Amino acid sequence: MELHPDTTTNAGQLLAAASGGERRRGDRIFSNLAVAAGVTILLLLAGVAVFLLIEALPAVTADAAQLPEGKTLVDYIAPLAFGTVLAASIAVLLAVPLAIAVALFISHIAPRRIVLALGFMVDLLAAIPSIVYGLWGIFVLGPAAVPVLEWLEAKLGFLPFFAGPASSTGRTMLVAGLVLTVMILPIVSAVAREVFSQAPRKLQEGALALGATRWEMIRMTVLPFGKSSIISGAMLGLGRALGETMAVTIILSVSGVVTFNLISQSNPSTIAANIALDFPESSGLAVNTLIASGLVLFAITLVTNLAARAIIARQNIQ
Amino acid sequence: MQAPPETNTLLATPLGGRLWRRKTVNWVMTGLIVAAFAIALIPLFSLLFEVAKRGIPGLSWEFFTSSPRGVIGGGGAAHAIVGTLVITAVTAAISVPIGIMAAIYLTEYGGKSRLRRVLTFFVDVMTGIPSIVAGLFAFALFAIFLGPGIRLGVMGSVALSVLMIPIVIRSSEEVLKIVPNHLREASYALGTPKWRTIVKVVLPTAFAGLVTGVMIAVARIVGETAPLLVTTGVVDSINSNPFEGRMQNLAVYAYSEYRTPGVMKQASYDRAWAAALTLIAIVMILNLAARFVYRHYRTEIR
Repeated sequence: MELHPDTTTNAGQLLAAASGGERRRGDRIFSNLAVAAGVTILLLLAGVAVFLLIEALPAVTADAAQLPEGKTLVDYIAPLAFGTVLAASIAVLLAVPLAIAVALFISHIAPRRIVLALGFMVDLLAAIPSIVYGLWGIFVLGPAAVPVLEWLEAKLGFLPFFAGPASSTGRTMLVAGLVLTVMILPIVSAVAREVFSQAPRKLQEGALALGATRWEMIRMTVLPFGKSSIISGAMLGLGRALGETMAVTIILSVSGVVTFNLISQSNPSTIAANIALDFPESSGLAVNTLIASGLVLFAITLVTNLAARAIIARQNIQ
Repeated sequence: MQAPPETNTLLATPLGGRLWRRKTVNWVMTGLIVAAFAIALIPLFSLLFEVAKRGIPGLSWEFFTSSPRGVIGGGGAAHAIVGTLVITAVTAAISVPIGIMAAIYLTEYGGKSRLRRVLTFFVDVMTGIPSIVAGLFAFALFAIFLGPGIRLGVMGSVALSVLMIPIVIRSSEEVLKIVPNHLREASYALGTPKWRTIVKVVLPTAFAGLVTGVMIAVARIVGETAPLLVTTGVVDSINSNPFEGRMQNLAVYAYSEYRTPGVMKQASYDRAWAAALTLIAIVMILNLAARFVYRHYRTEIR
């Protein structure tokens, strides 16, 4: 039996002699298992890319006439990609200021005793399944938003976003964007909360000692410190909003148009919602086309998420 | 006292008018922040209230015990509940071992190796995969081998695993990292091999944290709809075999009751809301239980 290399004492020699071979075998098996788990994950990801590519390929090479709606692949996906980006942009534009306020409230303004409970409530927003958001959006928020949509059309109708005619059901891009806002709010605010609570104490106390009000202290020490984290949090939220499916599928009434009009009955669909709507009833090349659109969605979210990670990484180095 | 120079924004203003203005700005901004927080919570309360109000009428003994097979415009969600349990259990059976072993690799074996850096990077990538894309992947994987019409419970589990594995890795990595090194060193000093140290010292110390992480990961995937819509299909009867035939689950059930309501529209909507309420209840119970486990069973580390 082989001796353990660093056994110099008697006891060590005995121990190693007694269990050396077995111990090494156990160690080898266990570490191989751990490596195997890691490699499995890499293979799984490679599988995601490869299998999606294989299944998307027939749609890429097919003639336009054979594809759904008789359009070329690019013409088919472009309006969907537009809708995807539009809905996600609304969500991020509305969620970021709200998330900063929520994070500041929890980190700097709320009484210490209730901070935990408040944080739990915000996290709860992230735990609610998207199907429930969808049902809530179409049965509750949509109808409630109709008067607001009509008001927007009447007062701000000169802007292309609110050109109308206002939808009478609330199944519009603006309402879908609002629901997405609520869904990504906890993600963005979690990132902001984390960085706000790490803002240097010394600067904050210094500012207060010099007579700054609380808001001046926040504006001059906390917000500049958190700037790049907020940007990366917004990108993470954007990634989530781009890929969100069920809420948009249920809420939006789609007609395949490309428009910036956010309050009317005819809206562009999103890639994810289009897949969820059409996939169950599709067969043949239509399935391949939907998978190709899924690949485009994957690529868009990948770029967004990598950008967010790059910002975080750069900041960690500093 | 002499007035400080005007250039310094912080010091410059014990003078009446500007101090008054600064205080007003402070109050206005504080008010705005509090208002924004209140606005952010309105959807939460509205949603919980509406789901409870609209979901309770649909809840009944029948809802939990019967399937709609052979019942016109009625029936319950037993098939969906069975499906949810089976799909979630299979998902956990795939994701938990892979996720925890990968986390062990990252914290205990990885060191500064290239595999570790690559893995960390791709776990980040995986976290960002949209759920519908995960569903398409599982579909593509099975369709290539079994033909394009295939719909199985296990396909849904594969799709959900793509979403669950990164969550398990992230949370396990966090709790394994905080197991103090002196515990490992004490174990090595007693001559314990590394793998026994991990199994007998590191994992038990982190156990409550690992369980909490898994429960939260399960709560995250149990309500997923989109990936199951493209992989497990829609069906009326109870099916508990993930390797054969279509399988219903609560989230897809809620969606299809809404999308294709029966003759009695309101009854279908009631069932959709009841399914939504059941899902929220499951998610909340898992989240609260996770907190409870962490608070009461975690090992005190000094």
